[in-house]
Amino acid sequence: MHELSIAMSMIEMATQEAARQGAARVTALHLKLGQLSGVVKEALLFSWEVACVDTPLAGSRLVIEDAPVVVYCSRCQRERPLDSIQKFFCPVCHAPAPEIRQGKELEVIALEVQ
Amino acid sequence: MSTPRLVQVRQNVLKHNDVLARVLRERLNKAGVFAVSLVSSPGAGKTAFLEQTLKQLRSTCRVAALVGDLATDNDAARLARAEVPVKQITTGTVCHLEAEMVARALEGWNLSELDCLFIENVGNLVCPSSYDLGEALRLVLMSVTEGEDKPLKYPTIFNTADVAIITKIDLAAAVEFDVQAAQQSIQSVHPEMPIFELSAKTGQGMQEWLDFLHAQVQR
Ligand SMILES: [Zn+2]
Repeated sequence: MHELSIAMSMIEMATQEAARQGAARVTALHLKLGQLSGVVKEALLFSWEVACVDTPLAGSRLVIEDAPVVVYCSRCQRERPLDSIQKFFCPVCHAPAPEIRQGKELEVIALEVQ
Repeated sequence: MSTPRLVQVRQNVLKHNDVLARVLRERLNKAGVFAVSLVSSPGAGKTAFLEQTLKQLRSTCRVAALVGDLATDNDAARLARAEVPVKQITTGTVCHLEAEMVARALEGWNLSELDCLFIENVGNLVCPSSYDLGEALRLVLMSVTEGEDKPLKYPTIFNTADVAIITKIDLAAAVEFDVQAAQQSIQSVHPEMPIFELSAKTGQGMQEWLDFLHAQVQR
């Protein structure tokens, strides 16, 4: 499980940013999580609580915004969100759609600081 | 106490790894080294496949391998039989390789003396998918004993890989493995991905894979 080390990286990043902002605490971290990021949401949420102990993020919320996979369909010539990451086919015309435009994000979007 | 305020950040969590991987990729490219990484679940036959690949390649190509493992160096010792430079990366408790570990393992190696570098990841189909290692080609291996729907269970790793390899094909009939169903599963999570079916033990299908690799290296 690599989610614990990912949680720790996020906490380190947030702690540095909070210091730069002159804030003592971080009360929430907003994360954009792509369906193809390779990170399991439940494992990350579980790791979060454990990793936050004794840091300026203790008791903070991890707010996850799920980013669906968006592919480019060359037949429709349009971007399409996938219904399932088990099926890389255009949901409209059903052509194979290997070209990924979104869904790999693992990105800290914002912090709530105090 | 002051009221909370929102601070916009927008920062990639794995930026550190991504930056190191980019630097590594440029270094390998400049030295003319084609790097291939391998991921699979434990027991898929990664080491046997790599041993055969190294043995077949070494007459035409200057090859070397890095082998990631949690604790032991059994795989590295086994690969040393292929008589090419092999180095172990012991990850300890870490369940995947990171670009930094690869870069550190390459310290002291003269990259200009290599044409092809293999990087065997830790046996795991989940965690390695998040980490770019600076490789030019990522292989995902599955054996016929794992079931045709393996790609549907682990779509992310099959999607981040460039080539799929179905190993232990000599056992396919015995375990009633449906090659076509497996190909469909792979194409469903990664359309147009090249697929090779082979056996490191009997040599069946190895030549097709090696021809493909040669074509990639020379590109
Ligand atoms: Zn379409």
